[in-house]
Amino acid sequence: MSEPLLAVENLRIDLTIGGVHHAAVKDVSFTIGRGETFGLVGESGCGKSVTALALIGLLRPPLSVGAGAIRFKGHDLAQIGADDMRRLRGASVSMIFQEPMTALNPLSPVGRQIAEMFVLHKGATWVEAEKRAVEALASVRVPAPDRRAKDYPHQLSGGMRQRVMIAIALACGPDLLLADEPTTALDVTVQAEILELIRDLSAARGTAVLMISHDLGLIANMCARVGVMYAGRLVEEREAEDVFRDPAHPYTAGLIASLPLLGARARHGRARLQEIEGVVPSVTAFPAGCRFNPRCAERLERCAADDPAETALAAGGRVRCWRHG
Amino acid sequence: MAESTPILRIEDLAVHFPQGGGLFGAPRMVRAVDGVDLTLARGECLGLVGESGCGKSTLALAVLGLQPPTRGRILVEGVEGAAAGAARKARARVAQMVFQDPYSSLNPRQSVRRTLEAPLRLHGVAGSEIDDRIAAMLKHVGLRPELADRYPHEFSGGQRQRIGIARALILEPRVVVLDEPVSALDVSIRAQIINLLLDLKERLGLSYIMISHDLGVVEHMSDRVAVMYLGRIVETGDWRDIFARPRHPYTRALIAAIPDPFEKKRTMRMTGEVPNPLAPPSGCRFHPRCPEAREACRAEPAPQLETIAAGHRVRCLRAAELAPAGETA
Repeated sequence: MSEPLLAVENLRIDLTIGGVHHAAVKDVSFTIGRGETFGLVGESGCGKSVTALALIGLLRPPLSVGAGAIRFKGHDLAQIGADDMRRLRGASVSMIFQEPMTALNPLSPVGRQIAEMFVLHKGATWVEAEKRAVEALASVRVPAPDRRAKDYPHQLSGGMRQRVMIAIALACGPDLLLADEPTTALDVTVQAEILELIRDLSAARGTAVLMISHDLGLIANMCARVGVMYAGRLVEEREAEDVFRDPAHPYTAGLIASLPLLGARARHGRARLQEIEGVVPSVTAFPAGCRFNPRCAERLERCAADDPAETALAAGGRVRCWRHG
Repeated sequence: MAESTPILRIEDLAVHFPQGGGLFGAPRMVRAVDGVDLTLARGECLGLVGESGCGKSTLALAVLGLQPPTRGRILVEGVEGAAAGAARKARARVAQMVFQDPYSSLNPRQSVRRTLEAPLRLHGVAGSEIDDRIAAMLKHVGLRPELADRYPHEFSGGQRQRIGIARALILEPRVVVLDEPVSALDVSIRAQIINLLLDLKERLGLSYIMISHDLGVVEHMSDRVAVMYLGRIVETGDWRDIFARPRHPYTRALIAAIPDPFEKKRTMRMTGEVPNPLAPPSGCRFHPRCPEAREACRAEPAPQLETIAAGHRVRCLRAAELAPAGETA
């Protein structure tokens, strides 16, 4: 197999409070191939968003990369200097966020915010760049793109703003697009259109996508492979189909059993949802041993004491659980 | 059930908001709710779905008596109890709301006890009965009564939502409005609250109106479902009608929009966004986005809600043609 586009190796992200380092993300490793869609799924505080921020060099104190490497096109993004990162960001790796209203500049017409990408990264003149911005708006299926280019963000709907974000992110043809909950703030019908847009454009341009969401169904639908995060650990990594059909980690299995999946009641009647006991631990109080052990229905003696290592699964993928160790 | 008086009956309810207007022009009207008829039977959960701006929250506010209707009536057990003009104290026993965000909907300066005590005192409960009712309610929602003197910040999100539910139920209201009751919670906590709400409905005989954009939650919890679009109900029926035999193209599109974890193919055929409510489309308001629209759909008058099967009503000119093969209209 050829070298992956992105290789995250034993990434640790520290949250430093009063001089104490808490591992908000610990020993996270995954790869994304060229043109591949990879999903990270987990609850708030599991470390999925800060992982993405580390990949694009946007971690700021109290968060910092504590250990590990982020290999991307011959660079180690964990070590790279600010100037080099700035050249990569937007051009080779870019990001879209959950709330496009706060990610866009409210004082600048959206066409100009797209055009900026061509000026900064491609050396285009403003006149040329504004023309290409209209084309970029058309490519994200914004109706009447020449008129919309002159609009300010507040004049657009949430769905249109997210299209503008995507146009900015894809303007320079990046190799990797980071999409952090890109549709969480949108209605389901608009979500479906935005997901389709990301799917079509990334396929047409060969852009790899790291999709981040708390919605397991969405991730399984959009991605080829899925990583499940819990309390800063990657607890399971699988082919998307396998995660739902045959989850290996008790957390993944519990999460799937706890979801009222559309169509389940019509097929099987109303079964009581399986609850996961307890609450999501806070980053300053992650439990010792396996971080899921206090909530785990399949806990073993050693789970509270020893941190499980990653185990390769016979069916493909890997899991971090003593039941498989 | 059909014969008994429903706990809640909404008749031709309309809520219009004036927009703009000034010296030289009459204000234009946003018809947020535009002629809604609904009933809620005792012990029933009615799911209310639709995109942002469809009027479902305005409808809920009207039921709570917080939004005066422009037209129409809201009858609680046959009497107009929740009218916005009614005394606030009386309204409090008619309908209560469980809010989406348990972080912003509890007063951070009030202990759980004070939050639950105030409404009881206002309604004439005194002495040891207050403590008894608070303790009983906390047990109902799965919290230990010893926690009553703690403050909201000492609780997790799921526990806070339990407090929010206790606050809504403490006066034993006849209707409980659940506004996105689990969408602000961590995914692994949602099942706890969904199970609790269903248990409470069983045990205490509660009647729910639930607003949610999560169709999986709506299917799981609802007995009946109403689908709203631009202020009007476009389809209503038993949960099976809506989820297994949806007839309106909008209902079908909403269901098709949910990403299927097992199937990567796309089924979504609806495009565009909800039109400006100041200038709703002519005829069927859904026609500009509808994959099934015909010329007739653009014309006035707009289609009416028609019964296509017992309890299953659809507002679509083509409802009969769109029946699945093997089913008669």
